[in-house]
Amino acid sequence: MNTIFLIARKEARSYLNTSWGISIFAIILLLDGLLFNAFALGSSPRYSADVLEDFFYFSSGTTMIAGILLTMRLIAEERQQGTDALLLTAPIQESHIVIGKFLGALSFLLLITFTTLYMPLLIQINGKVSWGQIFAGYLGLACLGSATVAIGTFGSTIAKNQLSAAITSAGILVLFLLGWLLGKVTAPPFDTIFSYLAFFDKHFQPFMSGKINSEAIVFYCSLTFTFLLLSVRVIQTRRQH
Amino acid sequence: MIEVRNLSRYYGDFAAISNISFSIQQHEVIGFLGLNGAGKSTTLKILAGLLSPSDGEVFIDGINWIDNPNAFRSNIGFLPEEPPLYKEMTVREFLRYLAKLRKYPHKDIEQRIETVLILCQLADRGDQIVEELSLGYRKRVGIAQAIVHKPSLVVLDEPTSGLDPQQMVELRQVIRGLSTEATVLLSSHNLTEVAETCDRLLILHEGKLIAEGDRDSLSKRMDTSKQRIDILLSKKEGIKDDIHALTGIEHISFEEQDEHLLLHLTITCTTPELVSQMVQSGFEIHQVMPTQSELEQIFLSLTGGKQ
Repeated sequence: MNTIFLIARKEARSYLNTSWGISIFAIILLLDGLLFNAFALGSSPRYSADVLEDFFYFSSGTTMIAGILLTMRLIAEERQQGTDALLLTAPIQESHIVIGKFLGALSFLLLITFTTLYMPLLIQINGKVSWGQIFAGYLGLACLGSATVAIGTFGSTIAKNQLSAAITSAGILVLFLLGWLLGKVTAPPFDTIFSYLAFFDKHFQPFMSGKINSEAIVFYCSLTFTFLLLSVRVIQTRRQH
Repeated sequence: MIEVRNLSRYYGDFAAISNISFSIQQHEVIGFLGLNGAGKSTTLKILAGLLSPSDGEVFIDGINWIDNPNAFRSNIGFLPEEPPLYKEMTVREFLRYLAKLRKYPHKDIEQRIETVLILCQLADRGDQIVEELSLGYRKRVGIAQAIVHKPSLVVLDEPTSGLDPQQMVELRQVIRGLSTEATVLLSSHNLTEVAETCDRLLILHEGKLIAEGDRDSLSKRMDTSKQRIDILLSKKEGIKDDIHALTGIEHISFEEQDEHLLLHLTITCTTPELVSQMVQSGFEIHQVMPTQSELEQIFLSLTGGKQ
């Protein structure tokens, strides 16, 4: 357990100590702010709950982008620079490496996500929203972020460099995002399967309006677990062969 | 003690190394020699815990690689040819992180880091960011990370490659110093470095261990019936015919210079015997030069002379 936290802390600190991490932090906050101002607030009078729903809608997009950008370097960069030898020759389990890296990236992503809290608070000052909707929205973003970071970790594990890691992870994510469309154009039983896998449409939208859906939480947790498990297997194979 | 028994490693059908066996005693400094593709890197990666053996066994202090890879890894320190460094950290932070990662007793870490910094001649660089260090210092940090958890075996792959002569001499001192607390196995293309640093040599060729021993015992195995030398002479009328009349020369090539003639010779007699013949025949000799060091001759003789 100590090893996991040691790796996670090192990862999280490396985001804070490098221009890469700080740049992503700044760009995501800027994007969130601009989208909130331009689209969520709008120019005509609206219900506070609708404004908040739009805020979570845009935030889900920036969270996914941040997740891919943060994870592209996780393992691919170590491989590219040869520092993976430090981890692979250490007396630690492959799962500790993967979970440590995952937690490091996720904690930094959550820091970025929760820094946007001032925007819902601005709505609260000028209007009236329920704390439940804010809580549910952020819980949804955390679940979505967790699954994205796990997909990104997997992409970074199988790729030889950071760019191909980002492309691989984004490709997998887009496949899940298009699940709703694939569900419409395929025959049973695939339509049900694809519709269930719809990353955003089926599972995130309820969180935006303040509904906590246990099925969606289970979905995101399962996805996180699956991609972390795949990453562990890839590293095990690399270490043994 | 390190014990390697019938170690083989296959990539598909290709055997990178085949049935290698050797043992290394504590505190020895061992040189690993071989041409490119001889299987040095594969063997080093297995010993470092980066690759698993396809066949055979590797033990370190009685721990078998296959049975307990992580216990095996905790006894190994590895420096690849390119030192793996987290460049954004200071030297101390980097060593502290790796000591924890390799589960060195928490309460002893700070003391150990100071000892390692002194051993690797880095005492005045501990708080410097790794990225700001020269290549020579980065190599030392690479060695420091390999020993920070006090392993029984330190594996160094081409530790002095890319260094200037001054840095090479300093790093050799560091490597010799490591033997006070660990066994050292280093691979190198630099035969001088190996000769000056190692107690014993292991010579790999085409995936097989073809010789092992110290420099003297390997010299005895060398094919001493032939040697290569260069001789610089003054030119004179009919010199080439006179040279062909000498005995003990297996092969000769000539290099014309202004007033001199340079001979590249492979001889089957000794150098003094040939020189004596030449003096008696009236040749004016300016210089006699062996073309290879003793270790190069040993190495080429054992590997069949392939360059």
